[in-house]
Amino acid sequence: MENGRIVRVNGPLVVADNMRSALMYEVVQVGEGKLVGEITRIEGDRAFIQVYEDTSGVKPGEAVYRTGSPLSVDLAPGLMGRLFDGLERPLDTIASTSNSPFVSKGIKVSPLDENKKWHFVPTVKKGDKVDEGDIIGTVPETGLVEHKVMVPPGIHGTVKEIVPEGDYTINENILILDMEGDEKPISMLQRWPVRIPRPYKEKLEPTEPLLTGVRVLDTIFPLAKGGTAAIPGPFGSGKTVTLQSLAKWSAAKIVIYVGCGERGNEMTDELRSFPKLKDPWTGRPLLERSILIANTSNMPVAAREASIYVGATIAEYFRDQGYDVLLVADSTTRWAEALRDLGGRMEEMPAEEGFPSYLPSRLAEYYERGGRVKVLGKPERIGSLSLASAVSPPGGDFTEPVTSNTLRFVKVFWPLDVSLAHARHFPAINWLQGFSAYVDLVAKWWNTNIDPKWKEMREIIVNDLIREDQLKQIVRLVGPDSLAEKDKLTLESAKFIKEAFLKQNAFDDIDAFSSPQKMAKIMNALVLFHDRGLKLTEKGFSVKDIVEKATPVMTEIIKSKAIIKNNELQKYDELIAKLNSVFDSMEKGDAS
Amino acid sequence: MMNVREFSKISMIKGTLMAVEGVSDASYNELVEIETTSGKKRGIVVDSQLGVSIVQVFEGTTGISPTGTKVRMLGRGLEVKISEEMLGRIFNPLGDPLDNGPEIIKGERRDINGEPINPAMREYPEEFIQTGISAIDGLNPLVRGQKLPIFSGSGMPSNLLAAQIAKQATVRGEEGSFAVVFSAIGARYDDAVFFRKFFEETGAINRVAMVVSLANEPPVMKILAPRTALTLAEYLAFEKDMHVLAILIDMTNYCEALREISASKEEVPGRGGYPGYMYSDLATIYERAGKVKGKKGSITQMPILTMPNDDMTHPIPDLTGYITEGQITFDRSLYNKGIYPPINVLLSLSRLGKDGIGEGKTREDHANVMNQLFAAYARAVDTRGLAAIIGEDSLTEMDKKYLLFGEMFERKLINQGLNENRSIETTLDIGWELLSIFPESELTNIKAEYIKKYYPPYRGKK
Repeated sequence: MENGRIVRVNGPLVVADNMRSALMYEVVQVGEGKLVGEITRIEGDRAFIQVYEDTSGVKPGEAVYRTGSPLSVDLAPGLMGRLFDGLERPLDTIASTSNSPFVSKGIKVSPLDENKKWHFVPTVKKGDKVDEGDIIGTVPETGLVEHKVMVPPGIHGTVKEIVPEGDYTINENILILDMEGDEKPISMLQRWPVRIPRPYKEKLEPTEPLLTGVRVLDTIFPLAKGGTAAIPGPFGSGKTVTLQSLAKWSAAKIVIYVGCGERGNEMTDELRSFPKLKDPWTGRPLLERSILIANTSNMPVAAREASIYVGATIAEYFRDQGYDVLLVADSTTRWAEALRDLGGRMEEMPAEEGFPSYLPSRLAEYYERGGRVKVLGKPERIGSLSLASAVSPPGGDFTEPVTSNTLRFVKVFWPLDVSLAHARHFPAINWLQGFSAYVDLVAKWWNTNIDPKWKEMREIIVNDLIREDQLKQIVRLVGPDSLAEKDKLTLESAKFIKEAFLKQNAFDDIDAFSSPQKMAKIMNALVLFHDRGLKLTEKGFSVKDIVEKATPVMTEIIKSKAIIKNNELQKYDELIAKLNSVFDSMEKGDAS
Repeated sequence: MMNVREFSKISMIKGTLMAVEGVSDASYNELVEIETTSGKKRGIVVDSQLGVSIVQVFEGTTGISPTGTKVRMLGRGLEVKISEEMLGRIFNPLGDPLDNGPEIIKGERRDINGEPINPAMREYPEEFIQTGISAIDGLNPLVRGQKLPIFSGSGMPSNLLAAQIAKQATVRGEEGSFAVVFSAIGARYDDAVFFRKFFEETGAINRVAMVVSLANEPPVMKILAPRTALTLAEYLAFEKDMHVLAILIDMTNYCEALREISASKEEVPGRGGYPGYMYSDLATIYERAGKVKGKKGSITQMPILTMPNDDMTHPIPDLTGYITEGQITFDRSLYNKGIYPPINVLLSLSRLGKDGIGEGKTREDHANVMNQLFAAYARAVDTRGLAAIIGEDSLTEMDKKYLLFGEMFERKLINQGLNENRSIETTLDIGWELLSIFPESELTNIKAEYIKKYYPPYRGKK
């Protein structure tokens, strides 16, 4: 392929001529330093290249080397537990080989270890007919993840040769296919262009909740496996902590965490804590099921734009193996800003607030990559890719373009409220603004598997919270004394719900993760207070009196979040019995 | 490395930019020397095309003429000589001495733009720094390697607080070698003098290096000032094993300069006219803090900014807050009440504080007490709002207690003297004293064993 010649360098944007045969979105190497870049516009024989590394020192006249292929990722055993940058360069390997605390530009390291031998167990034999997506063998990648080696999309044929069980590198041929008369060797390594979604057979409706261990999420605004969620909030409202909770405790089989234009120390925090923390569902170290992708805020902005797609492609690859995958992106606003920055340099006509006019369609494309699907190949299997993304609206203004457009494409909305955060109510999710389109879909699962009254209890809780807001407005006008006794009880009930259930300390060993059973137990206690309290007010008891008598037990229940472990739930039955007996003894006495 | 090339055809001069014709091989960000009839200037290439280069002039284009001006491309990027000898001295952002002292001879030339720290090489910050300020130590603890800005408002005492922290900050049980790198960005001259005098009086001046760009200098110098300072900070921390506190004052001036330059390049403006890439640009400054594996030193960053009209949602504090690991926020109403430091703890946050406190670091009850104080103060502020509408008399007994607590919290815990250096134990004990306004059952955030040990009514019984 002919080389191009640089004619202009303007920050991350490089223009080269002699590029008449270049492809749109082709990856090129720019200048003597061979910096990685991608062609984003072609005019005549000029190509506009967005460069993923700092272009200081690059000058006109230097060459641009073509590769002929689009930006792609390597997919093979060896992905789990790793830290990559936004172009799938292994930051962990770079750290251990470079001896420098910094990421220097122009570093070339292949993403996956090419010398490591993986134990491959074939599941097909000579003469078998295989099609795209078929599993041809397995590799125990970590204690948690069995890597399924698949026939790459677009390939099919008859097995001509297959290696016996044994140890192989990702580049060694493990299978030779007869594909319409041609010999087609297959290794464990697949490559896939990041901007093209991987194919599947059929999209299905999400039915099962993706449990997260965070009470307000699982109960008030549940996410489903294969669902999409956005979590917008101003700084300091707890976006990152909530997303980290998702990454740590969610019931997904595989979690991919994309730190997109965020803080370096946050990625370090995960690298440091994930090997030590145990997955609550399996008891294994979290790192065994996690992949981290870091393009921190100070890394080159063009690679930030790519990092989201790199994450999504790796996620789809594991979905295709039949796993439930969660892709966490923190934050899509920084990704949109990268689009804006690059669009501005290409002198595109800006739309709202300077963002390019194609922002909504890019967001739609991204969220469309989520879903619960029947994947390609035999044996038949269902995989899901759930997407949870942070949005960082400037000034906390939810009407700005990224937040408002994101809301069009997600089914779950977890808005963070800065006033709750300032009052140290965490997770600071606003229960009045949020929504989840999956409540009815997952209610069936809860009612069948956890508690037959789940849906009913959830409604009581949600109603008390909504009613509280209305009552508080009245109190602000006329004071608390003018309320009817049953309304006063609603206020107390809502307070109890917030203290005992919604507030959750992400940094407490016990409170950080609630099993669905624990959630249901606490909900029972909340509903008990609501129901029996209401009955007492009808009998003429004053709310002041009820609260006074019940406070010791209620305080115990509030504190129990951080005391009662997920495996000692019988202690909740004792607390509920205690609360019942408080009400029993009041009912026996007269209204005072 | 390229050679020096000389050109003399200038086709356009506008703001701080000029176009040099006939250049075909200028590197992006290449350093340029400009010789005019009235003296030398410097600049960098910000857009390099075949045949023309756009150069941004650091000192401004005043005095540059299309004729008789020589432009030399120096064949290298913007580098500044960095050395340990800079401690105790004052420099401009290009590394020229401003204190009549000698030039730095022995030193390492470094690109002031630095390189991003590899997240895999970072060491997570978790060593508690005792600043002696209750509102920080007790409620928003600072750790070594953190970047924690102060959001101030015009006229409020951010200089005093920064100076007090620089003087008092210690890591308990450790006497490491420390240094302060101080960058005055578009500062008024008297601010620079204040800090210099302060460091001289406290005897710390030999541990302090100052990089100063004054308010009346061209905007590019304000863009360079924090970068030069942080390049020195990185050198001292990662080559010389020092614990560096980097103070950047005032980042609002930095952002104004960034906007001015962006406008002169006719870029599409974002919110408030600030360039769309301001977040990424600020990140290349703020992210230059931290600790890295295998190195003894660290960089703790304390940028100070002035919120225009005390507005925390203004793009400057807003984008800063998204990058830094928390913020210490000043509040005009506390300032007017005479509280020093006027820190609104509810609007403040330290993201890394939780990892620096607790048993063996500060005290076992720290996290619990902190949470309870926050919850109680938040309710106190809420109650104040309610009392303003329905009158104090209609409040419940408990609400009245919260009202009292709120007042005491501001006067006893937040408020302290300019020279008062409180230990963390003192701060926590004041916290407990304030919490004793409430009955035990109200303290839902505190573990029973700590209540038994520290709640004043129990302590009295012993």
